[in-house]
Amino acid sequence: MSEAIKNSGRDAQWRIDLRNAMPAKERASIPRVTMPQLSPDYRITCNEEVNCGLSEEMAVVEATRCLDCPQPTCVEGCPVNIAIPDFIKNIQRRDIVEAGAVLRRTSALPAVCGRVCPQERQCESRCIYNKMKKQPVAIGYLERFAADTCREIESTSGQKPAERKSNGIRVAVAGSGPAGLSFAGSMARKGFEVDVYEALHEIGGVLKYGIPEFRLPNSVVDAELDTLASLGVRFHSNTVIGKTLGYDDLLNMGFKGIFVASGAGLPRFMDIPGENLSGVMSSNEYLTRINLMGAGRPGSDTPVLHGENVAVIGGGNTAMDSVRTARRMGAKRAMIVYRRGMDEMPARAEEIEHALEEGVEFLTLCNPVRYEGDERGRVQRMYVQRMELGEPDSSGRRRPVPIEGTVDTIDVDQVIVSVGVSPNPLIPDNIPGLEVTSRGTIAVDEEHRSSIATIFAGGDIVRGGATVILAMGDGRKAAESMAAQLLENA
Amino acid sequence: MYRIIEKTHFSEHVVKLLVEAPEVARARKPGHFVIVRCGEHGERIPLTIADADVKAGTITLVIQAVGDSTRKICALEAGDSLHDVVGPLGRPTAIQRHEGTVLCCGGGVGVAPLLPIIKAFKEAGNRVVSVLAARNKDLIILEKEVAAYSDEVIIMTDDGSAGRKGLVTAGAEEVILRENVSECVAIGPAIMMKFVALLTQKYNVPTICSLNTIMVDGTGMCGACRVTVGGKQRFVCVDGPEFDAHQVDFDEMMSRMRAYDSVRNTKASK
Repeated sequence: MSEAIKNSGRDAQWRIDLRNAMPAKERASIPRVTMPQLSPDYRITCNEEVNCGLSEEMAVVEATRCLDCPQPTCVEGCPVNIAIPDFIKNIQRRDIVEAGAVLRRTSALPAVCGRVCPQERQCESRCIYNKMKKQPVAIGYLERFAADTCREIESTSGQKPAERKSNGIRVAVAGSGPAGLSFAGSMARKGFEVDVYEALHEIGGVLKYGIPEFRLPNSVVDAELDTLASLGVRFHSNTVIGKTLGYDDLLNMGFKGIFVASGAGLPRFMDIPGENLSGVMSSNEYLTRINLMGAGRPGSDTPVLHGENVAVIGGGNTAMDSVRTARRMGAKRAMIVYRRGMDEMPARAEEIEHALEEGVEFLTLCNPVRYEGDERGRVQRMYVQRMELGEPDSSGRRRPVPIEGTVDTIDVDQVIVSVGVSPNPLIPDNIPGLEVTSRGTIAVDEEHRSSIATIFAGGDIVRGGATVILAMGDGRKAAESMAAQLLENA
Repeated sequence: MYRIIEKTHFSEHVVKLLVEAPEVARARKPGHFVIVRCGEHGERIPLTIADADVKAGTITLVIQAVGDSTRKICALEAGDSLHDVVGPLGRPTAIQRHEGTVLCCGGGVGVAPLLPIIKAFKEAGNRVVSVLAARNKDLIILEKEVAAYSDEVIIMTDDGSAGRKGLVTAGAEEVILRENVSECVAIGPAIMMKFVALLTQKYNVPTICSLNTIMVDGTGMCGACRVTVGGKQRFVCVDGPEFDAHQVDFDEMMSRMRAYDSVRNTKASK
């Protein structure tokens, strides 16, 4: 990491003054802020965002906790190395606009990341307070506060964004999820003409169809899209690159570079008996029906099954989203069925906590082996094998091992399979000459360049199912590489 | 966008729409389908592209009103617009020139997606015999259009109100027994395709079918359209919609197609 971003603003007089204003011991004795939340009983009756956001006072106090370390390890914990103390100290001195500007220098979608990043594994896990056996600074809550406040200020000020100079070079993006949006924003700011193509009828990719409103409201995503549109980015829904428009079409339309960010939209199933019974579906299907199509809400034409006893198989964020959605859809029993233990669960700690508060049952060390249905073909029960933890596997986590002779039966009328996603094959299969790995991901070099010179790729289509922040980081890096390439040849 | 240029009634419940969709028309090949939405809160449903006019920038959709969404679409008039149209989706039909006859079997509104395939096989130089079947004469559609690209057309109706009285399989078997049939294409209600497949399997006639499962995104993302073909999982939207009819688990498919019957007003497995 370069010295430049380590803690660039630290030597400014105002930063020195802030540090001197309070002894470190006093600073360290301030307890970590508690995020105001909707009560569990209320929030399972609706889709309102669970976390209500910090007030300015709360944010300033929390920002004061930050010790403004000379070697901020939190920055190292961030996959895109956001200048964390810089934005936090601006909050402390109540210059929220500047805090937002610091964020936007590195992160395309700070309002999104502040909400969905697994901070407990990233920035906050590296906060020096952990070494002092204290709670880390609530970096995620502060990022959200800064991003949301800036958005409010921008929308009420009616200020027009600065005129940007276009270099006339056209680039196309396949996919409007976090990688595509991040790339689009970077390229637009560098003066390129950007067209984003999205297969679905709404823009935003997984941010809209996957992550529920109670975690990431659509209004937050839409605000980011408005910002991009004001930078001149053009969005085209209902367009499938590789089907509606092929690679040759894009070249004929004058695009000099193409960024493929089509994501990991391919559901994985377990291939066990009964998995094709009615009522057994992928989390992609369940969440798309509800989040994208509004199923279950008045006015929507799209149906969804309302199970009473719903089992969600898996332990990641998507599984948590699915099971918490099932509770909101009226499930009496909403169960997580996960083959390892609570400690091995990959979901964000806050999601697991919220799920427990909302009455979700966690059946750990349990793996489904088959489903049975009724005479109409609707799932009625699930057989689960009890597991114990053995030696670590290739992921570093302890391997689940069946305990012979222990199979339980659980009544279920809906099963949501949430065991992972793979890269969507549409583009890999439809662009001749594009090198694809055995996992179905697009092969790229460190500059995000594919085997075809004009095509770059990033996000889950390169990584397999990963995170929003990594996808965004890819979008930014790919933009740097493609911009350099196109301007050199211009 | 997606304006309806022209609307024609084939019968009370079967409608033909010419829809403005220039990019789809340009990329479309026989066998492809689109996902459409009627209205801002509309459901995403698949419809086969019966024809396309690249110059005019239009695609032809033939829709039978069997449930809420298809009823809404059939109620639209020329000048109205579909809210969303995306495509072309699926894999196009594999067209070959055969030594023997190509037998095309269409059940009810399945004749609409069958027509471009009939046309393509004829234009490839095949002898084409088409068997069109429906419950009654009102549900026999596109007879003239099919005849234009077929060497022979046999009409079968359950009640004998048009052509001969009997099921599609009776007409199909007659052709198989009297000619050398190289390939059979069967498109129609799932149960019809199942029984044509059982028939042709008896005579070892390679047969393809086009599956009409429930879909949501249509791009391979959700798995709602999954079917079992030859013991393996396939997605109708990206691996199909056409498959080897002798390998398809039709019973499982029909069971899955009934999944939402209890929560809505549809006869899904028509």
